[in-house]
Amino acid sequence: MNALIVEKLSAFAPAAILHSEEFRGDLTVTVRKEDIVRVGEFLKNDPALSFEMLIDLLGVDMYRPEERFEVVYTLYSLKNRKYLRLKVRVEEQDAALPTVTGVWAGANWHERETYDMFGLKFTGHPDLRRLYMPDEFEYFPLRKDFPTMGIPDSLPLPRR
Amino acid sequence: MPVRPPDDTSRKSRILSALEDQDTTVTLADPLDNEMILNMGPQHPATHGVLRLLVRLDGETVLAAVPELGYLHRGYEKIAEASTYHEFIPHTDRLDYLSPISNNVAYALAVEKLAGIEVPERASYIRVLVSEMSRIASHLVAVGSMAMDVGALTVLLWTFREREKILDIYDVLCGARFTTSYARIGGLQQDWTPQCTAMLQRFLEEFRGDLAEVEKLLDTNRIFIDRCENVGHLSREDAIALGLTGPILRAAGVPRDLRRDVPYFVYDRFDFNVITLTESDALARFYVRIAEMKESALILRQCLGKLPSGPFRAGEPKKVLPAKERTYTRMEELIHDFMLINMGIDPPVGEIYQAVESSKGELGFTIISDGTGHPWRMKIRSPSTNNLSALPLMLKGAMISDIVAIIGSIDPVMGEADK
Repeated sequence: MNALIVEKLSAFAPAAILHSEEFRGDLTVTVRKEDIVRVGEFLKNDPALSFEMLIDLLGVDMYRPEERFEVVYTLYSLKNRKYLRLKVRVEEQDAALPTVTGVWAGANWHERETYDMFGLKFTGHPDLRRLYMPDEFEYFPLRKDFPTMGIPDSLPLPRR
Repeated sequence: MPVRPPDDTSRKSRILSALEDQDTTVTLADPLDNEMILNMGPQHPATHGVLRLLVRLDGETVLAAVPELGYLHRGYEKIAEASTYHEFIPHTDRLDYLSPISNNVAYALAVEKLAGIEVPERASYIRVLVSEMSRIASHLVAVGSMAMDVGALTVLLWTFREREKILDIYDVLCGARFTTSYARIGGLQQDWTPQCTAMLQRFLEEFRGDLAEVEKLLDTNRIFIDRCENVGHLSREDAIALGLTGPILRAAGVPRDLRRDVPYFVYDRFDFNVITLTESDALARFYVRIAEMKESALILRQCLGKLPSGPFRAGEPKKVLPAKERTYTRMEELIHDFMLINMGIDPPVGEIYQAVESSKGELGFTIISDGTGHPWRMKIRSPSTNNLSALPLMLKGAMISDIVAIIGSIDPVMGEADK
């Protein structure tokens, strides 16, 4: 099944697929940032693959000079009972990527959470607010340069 | 509270601006002719924890609803990055605190997949036992509190009486009723004992009749059915698109159950049905949970019959903690214990996703490892967060009194939703 997915993807958009690897049976396909919506639509609508569920979406701070952030999409196909991970790399200077809410509506809150935790902007997202932290919070806590102990006075007390 | 145009737009809460559409004009000439915004929670008995809900109402009809999360956010994903894989196990208790033990084993399963640890058969069977027990315990709360939310208080008392028996088994099994921390990477904290078997058998014998009593209270209860039927309807397509899982998805007619579809532990060796209904309302979700409890009891009976003997911990000294008494008496085990506690298990570089079917839906862990004893990044895919994201859709057009029934039918646990 993994070979079929890679084959179909490279036939669909050879330039968009940067890399694919398998670890413990899980397939991870790295996709060019600009093509994530196109690839997502293909994976969802292709009758043989039909990855119609977005199970999870997460940001990763790799903390390296080039392509600091990664966004990982975990897809699930009801028909094939199969998971697939897509990965997109994002530069720190241009911390924005297209939203996939148009493909999977469930991406809405996941993208809000990723914005909340990493400060990645999902362009075209219908309601990009913080999900967990208060709106006034200025930092992105899951970035590696945010201390585990937190920053004193970064969470304002409620106004009286 | 009528909505007034705020004096200072820059200070206007962004939540309120998300609620107000452009066409909302407030005409105060007629005081009855306007919409109002109701703030529900975070301290509200029917929101099952600290869920905050802002609803815009026209009379008693909900026009729009915005759930606000984060009141129980403890930053577990950040904590995970700063702790070893073993150290994180107690935190998994506090995710879905109604079924802590199934979170423990789910987390251990994910780390074992990453580290490539083969778990002994007996441990897998015991994990099935505790997972199904916690499913029953969690569904009992879900059913009881949903019934309480719509006015049937007795049910809650009866289901908690049943749940108590399961917590007593936990107590004998691992010394804690609630925050169990029962799993260990590569095995379990304690072995399953004959006393646990006896207690579970007694529970299963009584449970059939006791569950029938609970059902009898609700199945023909006019008030309960009227308040739940056709409430919180969600189409099959929406449920799939929003990534909902668990009883909500199965009540919408999608037969997805990871225990059968992507088997883990030893679930492929048991006979059970995946309960699926198509009505997709609050009542259907209730029926799915009731039927699932019966299936869980079925699995438990089969599992007790098949429970093999053998070790309950993998024999991989570099990755799995040794037995305590050996740590105290043997040099090698002492060294391994020291290294595992201080340095961690050092899995290979790589990333995995491992999910289990918890009582609320798909509980998954994505772990990205850089080869050290700490995860570089760990993401918890909590079913409650995803299931709550369907709330605005379910609430649209509902009545105020339906809100509590709908939240009850989602059965969110905020410890898990807020992480």
